[in-house]
Amino acid sequence: MDEPILKAQGLTKKYGENVVFKDIDLAVQQGDIIVIIGPSGTGKSTLLRCLNLLTKADGGKIWLDGEEITAPGHNEDEVRQHIGMVFQNFLLFNHLTALDNVMLGLTKVKHLPREQALEKALSELKRVGLADRAGHYPGQLSGGQQQRVAIARALAMDPRVMLFDEPTSALDPELIGEVLEVMRQLALQKMTMLVVTHEMGFAREVANRIIFMEKGSIIEEGTPDELFLRPKFERTREFLWKITELYGHKHETTQPTEDL
Amino acid sequence: MLQNLITYIGNGTIVTVGVTLVALPMGMVLGLTFGLLYIYGGKWLSRLMTAYSTLMRGVPQIVLLFILYFIIAGSINISPFWAGSIALGVISSAYQMEIFRGALLSVGGGQMMAARAVGLSRWRAIRYIVLPQALRLAIPPWSNEASIVLKDSSLVYALGVPEILRRAQQLSATSQQPFLAFGTAAVIYFILVFTTNRLLDYLEQRTRLPAQL
Ligand SMILES: Nc1ncnc2c1ncn2[C@@H]1O[C@H](COP(=O)(O)OP(=O)(O)O)[C@@H](O)[C@H]1O
Ligand SMILES: [Mg+2]
Repeated sequence: MDEPILKAQGLTKKYGENVVFKDIDLAVQQGDIIVIIGPSGTGKSTLLRCLNLLTKADGGKIWLDGEEITAPGHNEDEVRQHIGMVFQNFLLFNHLTALDNVMLGLTKVKHLPREQALEKALSELKRVGLADRAGHYPGQLSGGQQQRVAIARALAMDPRVMLFDEPTSALDPELIGEVLEVMRQLALQKMTMLVVTHEMGFAREVANRIIFMEKGSIIEEGTPDELFLRPKFERTREFLWKITELYGHKHETTQPTEDL
Repeated sequence: MLQNLITYIGNGTIVTVGVTLVALPMGMVLGLTFGLLYIYGGKWLSRLMTAYSTLMRGVPQIVLLFILYFIIAGSINISPFWAGSIALGVISSAYQMEIFRGALLSVGGGQMMAARAVGLSRWRAIRYIVLPQALRLAIPPWSNEASIVLKDSSLVYALGVPEILRRAQQLSATSQQPFLAFGTAAVIYFILVFTTNRLLDYLEQRTRLPAQL
């Protein structure tokens, strides 16, 4: 098999006495679409933050394209350019227009000339269907539009892999579809993605691997069919049943979409 | 008398404005630096900044002014005007630090995280993402601090600096018209404060981010 794009071995994270996760092994291959599921507080967000070095792991190693990025003295800012991240609460830069949000990394990190950055940013906005909102500030956009701009912002850097942390959990039900649609398009374009989500429909349809995490450990992983139809563990089956029950009808209801 | 009033208190006004124009920017540079150190400087710097702010704000300004004045005037040879202005700037830095600290905190850690995720270094994230938002949020409380510094610049009166209040006092003594002298001083202070606040209101409006259409 080829060198994985992103690989983690023995990853461990603690906050004081609280062990968030322990000895996590993970390999993301080119073109993989991996969905991570699991109850709230399991460490999914912390894991994603560790993978792009936003949070320092307490143990274990991470490799990006074969290069160990957890090695001492490695340039972290360099690493993050190549790993796109989309947050649950969008986190667009509030004082910048949609276009400037997408352009910022191009001009201030990649140091592209303005003209070139502008062209690239516009094409990324087009890719998420928001070319006509380029001049809008985040406060003037709906949640779904903000999240799509956030995706464009990450894509503009031409990342090797995209990390999504519950990208639709903070959205009103009627806005979830447009964000999932953008993610489906990315999947068709063979973008490598690691997605934490409770959208089981999306997971079944798009993922080639599903990882079930609980209490800081990977309990089970496999193809969607393996997990949905023949889960090895009772806990996996229970969780999937619960989550489908809870989130399965989300698009029709107006229930707030809190974490489990 | 009227001629006296205008030239005498007019000169005092120039001194008052001068003191403020030294103290306010100086307090801003120090206060913003201290606020940034508090938020991003790590545990020990943050504690040091808290101690500084608590101490400075816990002592009457006039007492601090005398202490700082004797420290400054004792170590370098400068006029009471400069020593007093610098001292006021240092005092204001503690209050301005609180303003910028609050503004930086309300921008929130998420903006920093998103900026780092794009690949910006810590310093560039502060400069391009956090500060532009924090400075906007800081304008209203800063406007308040500006008017406080303007009014408290009268404290340098105690150092013999001939600003508005000292001039009014002298005029009142020589002309036997205390109401006229102090009344004029009051009106000038009011105009200065009012104008400053309106200008900053305008700045706040101009830089306000558009929200929901
Ligand atoms: N900055 C932090 N400081 C202390 N504890 C944290 C911090 N971030 C997360 N945690 C803890 O780590 C655990 C996992 O959190 P998180 O990664 O957000 O889980 P999930 O995304 O699966 O819901 C929780 O118990 C949470 O309280
Ligand atoms: Mg989470």
